[in-house]
Amino acid sequence: MPSTGANIRAVASPLRYSDSLIAGILRRVRTIAMVGASPNWKRPSNFAMKYLQQKGYRVIPVNPRAAAAGASILGERACASLAEVPAPVEMVDVFRGSEAALEFTREAIRLREDKGFEVVWMQLGVRNDKAAAEAEAAGLTVIMNRCPKIEYGRLWGELGWGGFDRGVISSRWPRPATRDERAG
Amino acid sequence: MSEETPAPEGSSASDWGFETRMIHAGAGPDPVSGSRQTPIHQTSAYAFHDADHAASLFNLQTFGFIYSRLGNPTVAALEQRMASLEGGCGATCAASGHAAQVLAFFPLIEAGERFAASTRLYGGSVTQFSRTFPKFDWQCDFVDTEDLSAVEAVLAQGAKALFVESLANPGGVVTDLETLAGLTRAAGALLIVDNTLATPWLCRPFEWGADLIVHSATKFLSGNGTVIGGAVVDSGRFDWSASGRFPGLSEPEPAYHGLKFSETFGELAFTVHSHAVGLRDLGASMAPMNAFLTLLGTETLALRMERHCRNALAVAEWLTEHPKVEWVSYAGLPTSPYRELAEKYLPNGAGSVFTFGVRGGYEAGVRVVEKCELFSHLANIGDARSLIIHPASTTHRQLSDEQRAAAGAGPEVVRLSIGLETVDDLVRDLDIALAAA
Repeated sequence: MPSTGANIRAVASPLRYSDSLIAGILRRVRTIAMVGASPNWKRPSNFAMKYLQQKGYRVIPVNPRAAAAGASILGERACASLAEVPAPVEMVDVFRGSEAALEFTREAIRLREDKGFEVVWMQLGVRNDKAAAEAEAAGLTVIMNRCPKIEYGRLWGELGWGGFDRGVISSRWPRPATRDERAG
Repeated sequence: MSEETPAPEGSSASDWGFETRMIHAGAGPDPVSGSRQTPIHQTSAYAFHDADHAASLFNLQTFGFIYSRLGNPTVAALEQRMASLEGGCGATCAASGHAAQVLAFFPLIEAGERFAASTRLYGGSVTQFSRTFPKFDWQCDFVDTEDLSAVEAVLAQGAKALFVESLANPGGVVTDLETLAGLTRAAGALLIVDNTLATPWLCRPFEWGADLIVHSATKFLSGNGTVIGGAVVDSGRFDWSASGRFPGLSEPEPAYHGLKFSETFGELAFTVHSHAVGLRDLGASMAPMNAFLTLLGTETLALRMERHCRNALAVAEWLTEHPKVEWVSYAGLPTSPYRELAEKYLPNGAGSVFTFGVRGGYEAGVRVVEKCELFSHLANIGDARSLIIHPASTTHRQLSDEQRAAAGAGPEVVRLSIGLETVDDLVRDLDIALAAA
């Protein structure tokens, strides 16, 4: 299973996504189907799932083995396939190898209308240009070789706590949330 | 998400210019108070939201602070800025430049293993590598990095890293980083560059293939002779998993339930490890006040370095004409054997630390230092004040004669760190001191 970090240097040409594209996705998405989510808390997928849950996303694990055992991962019942994921789910996060990403992307394209998929996101270290081209032709937004946990932390500050260059500069001081925003 | 900083629209912020990043990187308005200058977070520890949050932090599953030995918001702001200015992925600040060096090697070298280092280093680094590191059973092979076959040989003998200074202290020596990076890459080893004398304004070692950069923040970064501090910056480019030579980063870490740093954190692995294991167990963390003063210093880094370099070149040119001066070793001089390397690696200037030889040897060297009125006689460099020292009797005193000669710190050598004063005053002070020498 790929991780948040493996093989990023093996990837051919660098991919560039604007901060506004990534931030737009992370603002719009509420529910994520995580293909390859592991029940083992030490696995990178489990780290990412837990972090995204803490940030308010619902993350539905897609893991056939865990589903066959009737297991839940971080409180969410595992699904055997994307077809079993309860709609609506806006994003498919592929935590599997670059080869396998094609199969899951094609499944996401087939189920797009049923499930409400808008984004196919391939994890850091995962890149499949053929899958991306097919998904984009079908009207899906595609992000490859990025981790939503790291991108969330990078765009909204927490990654910097670890001493990492976020590449973000802003002199604006955002106003606190209103009552409605807190309630919503 | 509404309470958090909105991401800027438009281009990715890594496109910001150097001068913008030296002021803004890592330091937006404080989210709680709006404080525009980075607050000094003078706290030992940090509250947890609940037990699950605490567990997530201890398991490294989320970003955040536990205890200031491992991380502190003011220190983290400086770490982000250092990573940004060097074009790296992340940085780890340390209590001193020497602590940063221990921190750099700590994840890389196991007991009984070797690394190589240039003979042209700050004397304190030579002593640290040759006297204290062997107590951890880390063995250092010193090598003349201008002898490329010697470098290849020492790498072939198992050296896991090569440590050099981009602009070497004390002697106006510029290191051929790109060539050495080619050799370390071919050998599966790391190139670690001490970029203290050059600063990221003058030299960017990652652009030439370095893997790690270390700094003494005590020097030009803080710039006023106020702090002791250091930093390790990671390029994020070394593939620990593929290499297999660095089990500390690629194999299960028992203290974190068998977590593999390189698998879990990818390009962030080295910096996460440096905080979560390195600072946790070595404990040489930077104090928040020192981080604050260094942040203030970096805000004017480019401006100061421009003037440091201009003053240094003027003083060096004047010294070459002086009858009591045997030679001047400043890479910015047209006569310097390092002129070509300086043009390649230090296009904005050759720094402000250099040496010259006084006619009359050891005794004359000591007298020049003692006769200065404006230059401060002390063991530091990279201050707004001009500094002078006789290395053979001070900074390089603990070395052997051979080590001193190799490091460019022979008996007649005087080292200057040219400050930001009126350059005519600096020249007059040296003129009087040389006349008396």
